[in-house]
Amino acid sequence: MADYRSTLSRARGLGSAKHGVGHWISERVTSVALAPLVIWAVYSGLVLAAAGYADAVAWVRSPVNAVLAVLLLAVSFWHMHAGMRVIIEDYVHTALNKTALLVLNLFVCVLGGGFAVFCVLKVAFMGAAA
Amino acid sequence: MTDSSPVRAARPLSPHLQVWRWHITMFSSIAHRATGIALYVGALILAAGAASLASGPEAYGGFRAAIGSIPGKVVLFGLTVSVFYHLAAGVRHLVWDTGRLMQPRSADMACAASLAFGGAAAVAVWIIAALMGAL
Repeated sequence: MADYRSTLSRARGLGSAKHGVGHWISERVTSVALAPLVIWAVYSGLVLAAAGYADAVAWVRSPVNAVLAVLLLAVSFWHMHAGMRVIIEDYVHTALNKTALLVLNLFVCVLGGGFAVFCVLKVAFMGAAA
Repeated sequence: MTDSSPVRAARPLSPHLQVWRWHITMFSSIAHRATGIALYVGALILAAGAASLASGPEAYGGFRAAIGSIPGKVVLFGLTVSVFYHLAAGVRHLVWDTGRLMQPRSADMACAASLAFGGAAAVAVWIIAALMGAL
């Protein structure tokens, strides 16, 4: 296979960060996991829409619902981080703005996802708030 | 041939978005991104719902009132369309990743199918919700 890089380009030693394929695969794998999870989420939304507070607490206390809700949140926030990262990298080209937005995206996804998972687990383990 | 050359050749650039005629694969691609951004916000709303449930009946009641209001329902309907369209478009991309349905005609059909699924599935879910008395 022909090498299209110039000698200067080779000397600079820059090129692929060798992380692109991993990111691409993680986007696909999380999307495959989310396909059944979001269908379950829409079904759950319908069930919860017709229920009140006590029924919602009882619903989260069911182990199957608690585990699926935690998976839905964890995988969604992971997938969201990957998707928004690509959007920022595509449209924001100022180094400082891009770095700031990438860090903000990471923090929002980790904090939002972690907090939401904690809330589900609190209800699952402790039941209705006193 | 080399990027060390101080004079860059005046190579043609790809046309800007504004000079393209709109076509369905382009619209579907933009819609996939737009619904992805909408679902980003939707996941934060879901996190707020989980937080309100963990806080207690008053907070959960407030959350239900907010998403049950007319603007709340408009947002929820938009998120329902986004979920189903982004799901169908995601499956379409997984199929495209295998190299299938990449001919212009079949790619157009795949885009039309994912757009139709997004709208139809969302309307179906809201009809079911209405029949359940969940609205």
